Amino acid sequence: MWMLVPESPWLTVVVLLAGAIGFALAPLGLAALWSRKFSPQKPGPQKNAAYECGLESPGDAWIQFNASYYLYAIVFLIFDVEAIFLLPFAVAFSGLTAGACLAMLLFLLLLVEGLVWACQKGILNWT
Amino acid sequence: MGDEMDEELQGLKAELSKHGIFTTTFEEMYNWGRKNSVWPLTFGLACCAIEMIATTMARYDLARFGAEVFRASPRQADLIIVSGTVTKKMAPQVVRLYNQMPEPKYVIAMGACAISGGPFRDGYNVLRGIDRYIPVDVHIPGCPPRPEALIDAFMMLQKKIAAQSLTGEDRPRHLREDAPSEFVVPKEGEHGLEPPQNAEVWNPLRVIQE
Repeated sequence: MWMLVPESPWLTVVVLLAGAIGFALAPLGLAALWSRKFSPQKPGPQKNAAYECGLESPGDAWIQFNASYYLYAIVFLIFDVEAIFLLPFAVAFSGLTAGACLAMLLFLLLLVEGLVWACQKGILNWT
Repeated sequence: MGDEMDEELQGLKAELSKHGIFTTTFEEMYNWGRKNSVWPLTFGLACCAIEMIATTMARYDLARFGAEVFRASPRQADLIIVSGTVTKKMAPQVVRLYNQMPEPKYVIAMGACAISGGPFRDGYNVLRGIDRYIPVDVHIPGCPPRPEALIDAFMMLQKKIAAQSLTGEDRPRHLREDAPSEFVVPKEGEHGLEPPQNAEVWNPLRVIQE
């Protein structure tokens, strides 16, 4: 029984490492060779354009957006939340105590306050 | 390579295949791979597009030919199926999309409209065939053509790809240095599109009387 012992114990590792790197690089090299030889690129201004929907992109993407959208959100909140809470209130109205009715009216008052604010701000004007 | 040698090689190939040895050439392998993975562009223009969609679905199953992957980007597509009426407003977009496809690329003009304008030929805003601007490989007549017709055209295109040689005079255009990378995109002019056709690709047959 005998086995081949390399002079340096690291030699095997080096050989294996070289093999591993070769395995990694060879396909890349082959692909590069292949693309150069058999699928030559034909670049052009249109082919290199950023957009690919068929239309030319007009204008700049760095534009400012109007920030006044919050007004719509507030008015939506007033009407929508009101409608959602009014429905169960109306359904259970006959069985409610005076305290509950008072609480509900207080809640409505809060929302109406918001509506008055919106009205004063002139959001609801149709111009 | 001479014809004699070519014949000899074919004979040798046939002889070897009898003994269970498969031989091939680099070119055949290359074309075999190309023709069985032609990815079309997701692109429909009119009613022919409905037939094209039917072709890709289970009943007609274009996937059998390796073309089920309709790509939503021209960067990944090999084939553009011009399926339907090309209006003069749409023509620049079609040409631009074709220009953005990587080489090698192919075109199927599907239906009477795409090849000639079809029933709308005399319309003020209809292009009389997309082959005025881009090189069409296969024309399919019909209004609209049935899915079988599209499959037939597709197989014809596969035959065309398989027959292309990598070297020599008849090599495909992507291997030609002098072939243009982009075709002229028409613009809306005072009297229709400018230019009305691309002289490089538009070669209609003409009757010459002597």
